[in-house]
Amino acid sequence: MSEILCSQNDNTAKKRKTALYILLFGITMLAISYAAVPLYDLFCRVTGYGGTTSVAEEASGVILDQNIGVRFDSNTANGLGWNFKPVTKEVDLKIGEVITIEYEATNLSNEVSTGTATFNVSPEAAGYYFNKIECFCFTEQLLQPGETVRMPVNFFVDPEIVDDIDANWIKTITLSYTFFPKDDV
Amino acid sequence: MAGHAMAVDERGAPKSFISRWIFSTNHKDIGTLYLIFAIMAGIIGFLLSLGMRMELQEPGIQYFHGWANLINGETADGPIGQTSADGNGQHLYNVFVTAHGLIMIFFMVMPALIGGFANWFVPIMVGAPDMAFPRMNNISFWLLPPAFILLILSMFVEGPAGGLGIGGGWTIYPPLSTTGQPGPAMDFAILSLHVAGASSILGAINFITTIFNMRAPGMTLHKMPLFAWSILVTAFLLVMSLPVLAGAITMLLTDRNFGTTFFDPAGGGDPILFQHLFWFFGHPEVYVIILPAFGIVSHIISTFSRKPIFGYLGMAYAMVGIGVVGSVVWAHHMFTAGLSLAAQAYFTAATMVIAVPTGIKIFSWIATMWGGSISFRTPMIWAIGFIALFTMGGVTGVVLANAGIDRSMHDTYYVVAHFHYVLSLGAVFGIFAGWYYWFPKMFGYMYSETIANIHFAFTFVGVNTIFFVQHFAGRAGMPRRYIDYPDGLAYWNEISSIGTYITAVSLVVFFIGVIHAFVRKQAVSENPWGEGANTLEWTLPSPPPYHQFEQLPDYRAHEKAHGLDH
Repeated sequence: MSEILCSQNDNTAKKRKTALYILLFGITMLAISYAAVPLYDLFCRVTGYGGTTSVAEEASGVILDQNIGVRFDSNTANGLGWNFKPVTKEVDLKIGEVITIEYEATNLSNEVSTGTATFNVSPEAAGYYFNKIECFCFTEQLLQPGETVRMPVNFFVDPEIVDDIDANWIKTITLSYTFFPKDDV
Repeated sequence: MAGHAMAVDERGAPKSFISRWIFSTNHKDIGTLYLIFAIMAGIIGFLLSLGMRMELQEPGIQYFHGWANLINGETADGPIGQTSADGNGQHLYNVFVTAHGLIMIFFMVMPALIGGFANWFVPIMVGAPDMAFPRMNNISFWLLPPAFILLILSMFVEGPAGGLGIGGGWTIYPPLSTTGQPGPAMDFAILSLHVAGASSILGAINFITTIFNMRAPGMTLHKMPLFAWSILVTAFLLVMSLPVLAGAITMLLTDRNFGTTFFDPAGGGDPILFQHLFWFFGHPEVYVIILPAFGIVSHIISTFSRKPIFGYLGMAYAMVGIGVVGSVVWAHHMFTAGLSLAAQAYFTAATMVIAVPTGIKIFSWIATMWGGSISFRTPMIWAIGFIALFTMGGVTGVVLANAGIDRSMHDTYYVVAHFHYVLSLGAVFGIFAGWYYWFPKMFGYMYSETIANIHFAFTFVGVNTIFFVQHFAGRAGMPRRYIDYPDGLAYWNEISSIGTYITAVSLVVFFIGVIHAFVRKQAVSENPWGEGANTLEWTLPSPPPYHQFEQLPDYRAHEKAHGLDH
């Protein structure tokens, strides 16, 4: 009567086990949130999601008798004193045909600077079919003060684009580059 | 028994204030602390929204640049390179928007429904003496005030250059939350969410363990009251989704401070990834907020219709279904972020599927009332108000689920109206319904039903005046999160602001009712609601003894006594 005790001790082990399982579940979810970073990157590369372009080892063997337009866009992020623009603004090519165009970058600042470029295409559905064989975006660019370089992009549009109901309506693809300063090297 | 005070059985309760309320391990005391905390946070969250509605009552900027000058000093530069005081006012408005959202979700609704009512009644309903881990329960609560203080502090330190606080919205999307607000305000908010998230995860582990291991003999999962079911599903959703938020905001934190580039394209990251992670948490979160209210409303409808709930198992598994499907629809918040056609089609269809289990719940509540012996006591009025308003919000939710329509509706006041109908009206009506249903049980006093009904009338008229017209403002093109709007939108905004003042009056009535009840001290019996109230909490005195169920209740005997064993 004097003391009230709850005699629940018999299933303490069971309770701890349940709590441990739930805790493990929570930790797994935390791990999955980090695993999402490489998985999402992989997902974008495989599916062309978000206008991620493809990288091809060699050119396509097929060239269709159908034209598609490609426009070129350029951006420079804050903090990079470069003038960066495409030499040709727009090209018209056959689907499957390999073509090389050039971008031009000039370092307007008084210092040596390094930049890396990110890129995507729009409409996003075209990303999967936009194949780059060679491109400056795969490497860092180092420019001396006042130096100007021309950077080639070697690409083709995969003929399979005409069989994709999400992408076969596309008449013009825009390829866009953004140069970011790379200062932590 | 009613009329003279019942002796409160406090055997076993610590004598000193500090041991009882600071070091509390008793689920009922902790539940009370949560409720007090939620009320205080709710007042702050409401005052923020009052400030926003005052500002939006007329076109132009009336109040905020003055308030910003008060905080920043007259000569301070505005953020984002503006030197005018207007810039500061605009930023301060966004700070209010952000803080209102975060406070109401993390520090008002969740502490009230999960911390408050679930702590109080889940152990009692399943026939347990306390929670599985009483000391962990104490930590869960005491993590919340520091988290809240961190969030409040974030409003008084630099966010964007020259501006105080974070103005990025509760969704804290990068790059506005990374390079857009370099000051420490965002770091304070991120740490606040970390601490609040840890609190919720610990609470969720506690509830799941309690429900799985401590049910009274004879109470199988399929006989467990629906409120306990709702908390079980909610706790699972929390354990699943909160670690993902923790991961996402940790990445945000390291992006901001340690040079990682998870969400920064310059280093190969992608800001859209944050949106996916955030909404993988954020969408289950809205069900975390509403499911406990579903549970409360089920009990109230059944009690005051004097009928068992219609389709009990369907009701329980509808909540499970909502939890499961609700976890795979997150990208319907991102229809304008560039999803492929196939992804849009999937997320549209999956989102609409949620209307099915939700419809089961709505119609089962109505079927419970059908042919019942209904008494319109205060909790019942709130519960019926909940059903009406939640259905409104659900219908606009089906509209917004369409990716095509969402192109036009995205980030307009139509969306604001939608989620306030399900949350501000739905969840909050659920909270008040639970408050009036369990107030006599928790505190042992009956409130004045007249005052409580006046509170309902003002709230119902007030919130509908605020939010119904926001559908029209949204369709007329008024975007979210702006301090100003064209003159053509003034009409709906003025009506909406008047609704806020009516709601402010309703809150005053609410507090009058609470004070009146505690001053009047009209004691109640074990069960003030009659034979419809047949869950275990109504077998205990009001308020329950400090330690209940010294002898575990025999649920089979309870079922026989209440005719539940058909």
